[in-house]
Amino acid sequence: MPTFVRTEKCDGCKGQDKTACMYICPHDLMKLDKDGSETGHAMKAFNQEPEQCWECYSCVKICPQNAIEARHYADIVPLGGSVQPLRGTDSIMWTIKFRNGSMKRFKFPIRTTPEGSINPYGGKPAASMANIAKPGFFNQENGFRAGNPAELIRK
Amino acid sequence: MSGTFGNPEVIQEEVDILLIGGGMACCGAAYEIMRWADAAKAESGVDLKIKLVDKAAMDRSGAVAQGLSAINTYIGDTQDPADYARMVSNDLMGITRDDLSYDLGRVVDESVHLFEEWGLPIWKLDENGERHDGSVEMPKLKDGGKPVRSGKWQIMINGESYKWIVAEAAKKALGMDRVQERIFIVKLVNDKNDPKRIAGAVGFSVRDHKVIVYKFKACLLAAGGCVNIFRPRSVGEGQGRAWYPVWNAGSTYSMAAEAGAELTMMENRFVPARFKDGYGPVGAWFLLFKAQAINGNGEIYMARNKEMLNDYPPYGQAAVPASCLRNHLMLHEMKEGRGPIYMDTVSALAKMRETLSPREVKHLEAEAWEDFLDMSIGQCGVWVGENIEPEKKNSELMPTEPYLLGSHSGCCGIWVSGPTDVGAPTTEGHADASKIPAHLPSGWNWGYRSMTTIKGLFTAGDGVGASGHKFSSGSHAEGRLAAKAMVQFCVDNKDWKPELDTSVDDLVAQIYQPVRNFLEFKDYSTAIDVNPNYITPKMLQFRLQKIMDEYVAGVATYYTTSDKMLAVAEEKLEMLKEDAKKMRAKDLHELLRAWENYHRILTAEAHMKHIQFREESRYPGFYYRMDKNFVDEENWKCFVNSIYDKTTHKWTVFKRAHMDLVDKSKLFKPAAH
Repeated sequence: MPTFVRTEKCDGCKGQDKTACMYICPHDLMKLDKDGSETGHAMKAFNQEPEQCWECYSCVKICPQNAIEARHYADIVPLGGSVQPLRGTDSIMWTIKFRNGSMKRFKFPIRTTPEGSINPYGGKPAASMANIAKPGFFNQENGFRAGNPAELIRK
Repeated sequence: MSGTFGNPEVIQEEVDILLIGGGMACCGAAYEIMRWADAAKAESGVDLKIKLVDKAAMDRSGAVAQGLSAINTYIGDTQDPADYARMVSNDLMGITRDDLSYDLGRVVDESVHLFEEWGLPIWKLDENGERHDGSVEMPKLKDGGKPVRSGKWQIMINGESYKWIVAEAAKKALGMDRVQERIFIVKLVNDKNDPKRIAGAVGFSVRDHKVIVYKFKACLLAAGGCVNIFRPRSVGEGQGRAWYPVWNAGSTYSMAAEAGAELTMMENRFVPARFKDGYGPVGAWFLLFKAQAINGNGEIYMARNKEMLNDYPPYGQAAVPASCLRNHLMLHEMKEGRGPIYMDTVSALAKMRETLSPREVKHLEAEAWEDFLDMSIGQCGVWVGENIEPEKKNSELMPTEPYLLGSHSGCCGIWVSGPTDVGAPTTEGHADASKIPAHLPSGWNWGYRSMTTIKGLFTAGDGVGASGHKFSSGSHAEGRLAAKAMVQFCVDNKDWKPELDTSVDDLVAQIYQPVRNFLEFKDYSTAIDVNPNYITPKMLQFRLQKIMDEYVAGVATYYTTSDKMLAVAEEKLEMLKEDAKKMRAKDLHELLRAWENYHRILTAEAHMKHIQFREESRYPGFYYRMDKNFVDEENWKCFVNSIYDKTTHKWTVFKRAHMDLVDKSKLFKPAAH
């Protein structure tokens, strides 16, 4: 389902040089049509290569105006359904509409810590050059599995 | 001075270590490397300059961009790294490097424990054996919390923001001044004084008219696997719905090959059998919901065709047959006209309702949907469009077009130096050892963990061949192993200065050739896409896909090929490679596509050459060489490796000896005949 941008909702991220969808798309698909010469809609974003869209929904989830939706791949999927998320800081809500009109809603957790709160080396030891050629990482979090030495049949 | 489209600004930068890519492997490297860099500074007086470049945005780049519903490699405290190495070997038909798998098996859980600390919700079992999603406060894995196992090695997560979380930790560890996004590295540059050494890399910004030439002592090349070298089953809008991320363009393999690094097992491919068209994951359905795959008549074809497994001893006798053999049985049904193949979701969910608590039943439906919504939203698109509710209607399964990768259920990639403490060979024991090019190392380790056969060039994740089944967590951990070794390498080489073997002017000219092709010839015809002087990246990709699909065992021939078919492919690919120099780029976006497709061509060529060299069909169900349609343990239980010469454009393919470092016999039951 290539994503598409709703003309009435997109504000081109308020005239900034790059839009949120351009920032996030892993495949460089989203583009801001600054002067309207490509789409007829100036200062609005569009998916410039819909047949390369992985449907990862990164643009849908990040758009501050909720202006991006997906129309499922036209060469595969019958029309009429939709799958739309609303991503918050600790959970995501999905609204699912079937072609026959029935609906489902789901909410799933996405994160147990506040966004931006990771302290990567907080409470962790420094590395020591004496260990640089040894197995394992600079720190251990009860995850090192030493293994039964008898299993290594050529050692 | 800012550049223009035809005349980019050229930036030259020197660092000690460049991390190329922003996926799980490079995020792992970013996290581990700064601690060792600090130690090198404090203890050895070596102040390392480090940088990470990603062609996308780290928050959503790489194979985990969309999210995941499970972590597929978590060893836990009751399994041994040797069990893990055995499983990897079995699924890849016996030819993997036990040293690499074993080494990863002992450290991978460390990364999983970090993910949980950073905020990734991981499902848990309570004392009554009921499962809870990751938002419920339960003991952490590192403190003895019990994960929900969907299989022996897999644990369930609420993974919509998996990559977002891992990227946050990586970016914070490095500091944003060491990260540059939207830089696409397209070429590595060897050292002027030592062609077996790496000295730099060149790439461009996909946002501004800038070419960037880096010099460095070491780099981590971890830019993913390869998608879209075969014609996909959907060729309209749906071609974007590749099973593996569509942006993985083989950059890792092709850049390494051009730099002279030894590749391994490039004949290996992965043909996942997935939910048809949306390519939704099947793991949770098989392992967690205990669903069966059935043919069009409702028969369980794995049972119906089980005798076929006896054709491939000992692999067919494994408790869990290799992925390719499971495909082999499915393809038989399809060819016999007993399709469509279905996942019997209806029976599975009905049966689960009988045994679960009321609360769990309520969660069951949500779990089934979340499995797709976390990692393959497109599959939900198929379900809503076709009015499929899994408790009421079964869904079709289908084997996809082939993919090349080294971190998932595949093992193509680059030949790297492994650990020294697990009994790996240090000499080359193969009968054909004399055919291995003399400059290449003997044995499985040559100084620095994860270094390729090119000095200073390291890799991880999809880049490391002959291993596989690392998945997201293993790729992160492998990036960490490489990071540590790169710091060691740079400290040992602290006084060495890189010198590029190609002038900056020549490099810039090469990178911007597609732009020049466009600007020079664009007014020759009135139609921008039809011009005898250039080819669009899109048409070049279609040509590649057609060749690979029709001659190199794509879906068009039910994954079959032969020596004769491969000879035709060889000729066609050579012309395609020549024509790649005539690709046009009408803007920076198309320049990105042009270089991605150049990377795809070299990767595809490696795949073809390796299949041609290996005179057997090692992976029935993934591909068949009909002129050698058997598994030949006597002559081909070995690695097939290759090197590429960037000046002559020729491949040299050769064998290396395989050896078991852990006992594999316990995998197999006695042969039935």
